[in-house]
Amino acid sequence: MSGQEKNEGVPAIRLHNISKRFGSVIANDSVSLSVRHGEILSVLGENGSGKTTLMNMIAGIYYPDSGQIFVDGKEVMIRSPKDAFRYQIGMIHQHFKLVDVFSATENIVLGLEEEGRYSLKRSAKRIREISEQYGFDLDPDKKIYEMSVSEKQTVEIIKVLYRGADILILDEPTAVLTPQETQKLFAILRRMRDDGKAIIIITHKLHEVLSLSDEVAVLCKGKYAGTVKTAETNESALTEMMVGKKVTLNIERSEPKDPQDRLEVKGITCRSREGVELLRDVSFVARSGEILGIAGIAGSGQRELLEAIAGLQHVDGEILYHNPKTGQIDNLCDKTPLQIRELGVRLSFVPEDRLGMGLVGNMDIVDNIMLRSYKKGKGIFLERSKPKNLAEQIIRDLEVVTPSASTPVRRLSGGNVQKVLVGREIAASPKVLMAAYPVRGLDINASFTIYRLFNQQKENGTAVIFVGEDLDVLLALCDRIMVISSGRIAGTVDARTATKEQIGLLMTKNTTDAYADVSQKGGAADAAQ
Amino acid sequence: MPHSEQKVREPLFHIAKRDSIVWWKAWLIRGVVLLAALVFAGLVSFLLTKENPLRIYMTMLEGAFGTQRRIWGLMQNLAMLLCVSVAVTPAFKMRFWNIGAEGQVLIGGLATAACMILLGDKLPNPLLLLVMIAASVAAGAVWGVIPAFFRANWQTNETLFTLMMNYIAIQLVSFFTYKWSVPKGSGQVGVINRATHAGWLPSLGGHDYLINIIIVLLITFAMYVYLKYSKQGYEIAVVGESENTARYIGIPVKKVIIRTMLISGAICGISGLLMVAGTDHTISRDTAAGRGFTAIMVSWLAKFNSFYMILTSFLIVFLQKGATEISTAFSLNESFSDIITGIIIFFIISSEFFIQYSVRFRRKEAAAS
Repeated sequence: MSGQEKNEGVPAIRLHNISKRFGSVIANDSVSLSVRHGEILSVLGENGSGKTTLMNMIAGIYYPDSGQIFVDGKEVMIRSPKDAFRYQIGMIHQHFKLVDVFSATENIVLGLEEEGRYSLKRSAKRIREISEQYGFDLDPDKKIYEMSVSEKQTVEIIKVLYRGADILILDEPTAVLTPQETQKLFAILRRMRDDGKAIIIITHKLHEVLSLSDEVAVLCKGKYAGTVKTAETNESALTEMMVGKKVTLNIERSEPKDPQDRLEVKGITCRSREGVELLRDVSFVARSGEILGIAGIAGSGQRELLEAIAGLQHVDGEILYHNPKTGQIDNLCDKTPLQIRELGVRLSFVPEDRLGMGLVGNMDIVDNIMLRSYKKGKGIFLERSKPKNLAEQIIRDLEVVTPSASTPVRRLSGGNVQKVLVGREIAASPKVLMAAYPVRGLDINASFTIYRLFNQQKENGTAVIFVGEDLDVLLALCDRIMVISSGRIAGTVDARTATKEQIGLLMTKNTTDAYADVSQKGGAADAAQ
Repeated sequence: MPHSEQKVREPLFHIAKRDSIVWWKAWLIRGVVLLAALVFAGLVSFLLTKENPLRIYMTMLEGAFGTQRRIWGLMQNLAMLLCVSVAVTPAFKMRFWNIGAEGQVLIGGLATAACMILLGDKLPNPLLLLVMIAASVAAGAVWGVIPAFFRANWQTNETLFTLMMNYIAIQLVSFFTYKWSVPKGSGQVGVINRATHAGWLPSLGGHDYLINIIIVLLITFAMYVYLKYSKQGYEIAVVGESENTARYIGIPVKKVIIRTMLISGAICGISGLLMVAGTDHTISRDTAAGRGFTAIMVSWLAKFNSFYMILTSFLIVFLQKGATEISTAFSLNESFSDIITGIIIFFIISSEFFIQYSVRFRRKEAAAS
């Protein structure tokens, strides 16, 4: 089991030129990396850079299109998670896969085919031994539903150790942890490393990379950007590798004409159902005739922010809409989408989840176009002729590829689905247009159609808010870019002068430090009770 | 550590979801499957009874259409099943798993019977009919709205809730049939207002059931228009497909859930009225005769299209009538008719599988390698 017996020179796991495509999207392009026993490797990269896909191939969830995987120097084929376990590889996923009503022990032995697996007492004893060895704090008899997120993660880690894993992969393990829990986890990981285990952790938090790992492998848009020793690097060098070289895109950008405050967000704070802060004291202004970009690691609060403005999310604070027609200022906070529309607010929203929120997959294009306007017209019956004309116009103008206007939208390709959605939202001639990742998964042509539409809206005097992930696009399209990190605003930059590195650093800025001591106090108060 | 590699072979066949299917192909599949069902059911009945399968089928037709009275009976049963099926449709279109139609029908019937018994000799007949309609609609609507209210506000499970509402309705009917039983203590209400016919739905042109059939056809037509062409019907479809989209677009989801179950329950109440005042002229625990559950199948088989429901409910009523006739004609056990009905319905439901999915067999060369 222990790594010391193994040949020091041979990496525990080595990937050679691994590639994986999903349709036309290249998730991994000839990635090579390796990790030795007694070493922690961080895999660093932005969202969508292919980190998780790569690790899933090691864990047997995906199978690479080409390339080789070596375990202890021998080439292996990992076709299923079961194969991965045979090679003593264990992955701890970002989303836990535990049975809520089972105890820790039951979850850990679940699915294990070995002699004596039904003796829970013996299993619990072994779990206690593992806990002691590495310093975990876990009650084997506790039920999952009684556990905190950190305890559940502990169960997942012990689950793979129990199965004899020698190579551990952790997918963004700290995303769900408090700073104290993170420190505790890191202490455990270091102990496992000293015990000879090979550990890979996926992350995009630079300070964690620097404090924990021995080496860092960086991915950038699916490509392998290189491996560096942590001791020989620093934050800005890593950011540069992570965001890549600047790519010039030919997106036209006009100067904002007569910008006026249109939407004023003042100190909004949002909590999840579990009480975790998703947005904290966010304030900004979106102006007419301007594209405001929002950059940030996915899940930093972008979705909550847009949904709060659209009336779909409860927040504390103020969201003020300056009505250009009446000069009136309305607070949109805690109003439903219907109330917002009744106030005369012309707000359009292209949500991230196109078929789950923006459109109804099983309905045809006409009925989807009608979503915004179905209430128009007197009487109890629908008026389908105008939506039908609009649908045909959108199909023509945006070159939507579809057999007809009565085709269900789920049958369209991703780009055409998005054209229908954006077309409908723009047809409402909005004063504020919000879009979350509007070009995700779209090819170049469809993406440029979307950019062109947004620029037209900007020239018409709409305040456009664009949440994006590709920094090159944000820098080329937007006027200002606001960077959000862990639910707080890390800074706002002028898109005409800012650099990718500047934004990359803001994105990974540790905004949590500011209130780490607050939660510590909170923890002490809890303990005192 | 075992490092053995297994060779993975392409399976003999695999199942793939179809993207779309032309209408005639879908009907061809349905036709072929129905034929297969008849052959298989014939084979089973031959093996079990040694009777000629053709004779068995002839008897089925005879049972359903043999005499004018039988045809009217078939139409009446069809109308009743259709009415409940149309009633549950808006709820299912909204993906609200209402399995409480049985109770909603019963409570509507109970309200009707109460009016007939308690007000039969106090009100003039036209007024009595109006009161009966109002009472049955209100009773069914209340039975439908209670679970909807809890689901909309507190996300309770509507399946369990509506199911349990059935038992409450059944117990209430039991209680009142005992209370109203004639003669006292017999546990049977008997024909209500046998002498005066007060509260009985009028017979049109000498046909007792004609008015039921006309009312049900009107409701069916209205429901088709409501779901397809009204703004409320559109809202139901959006809520059913995706509550997230409904919220995003500003449809008041809670209101739509409650309103839809109000309509669904109200039509179930009318079904109860038609069964009590238009058909049986009495009430018992079996008045709804399981139609509240059969209707769910009818509605889903017809893909929530009210007009297709005429076909699907005809099929089920025909099978029931025909199968009952076989049991008596060949003096077989009653369960035998259930076996035949079960086989045929099973095949028909499976035809939907072959319409949704295609089965592709392993290609020859792949098999050889």
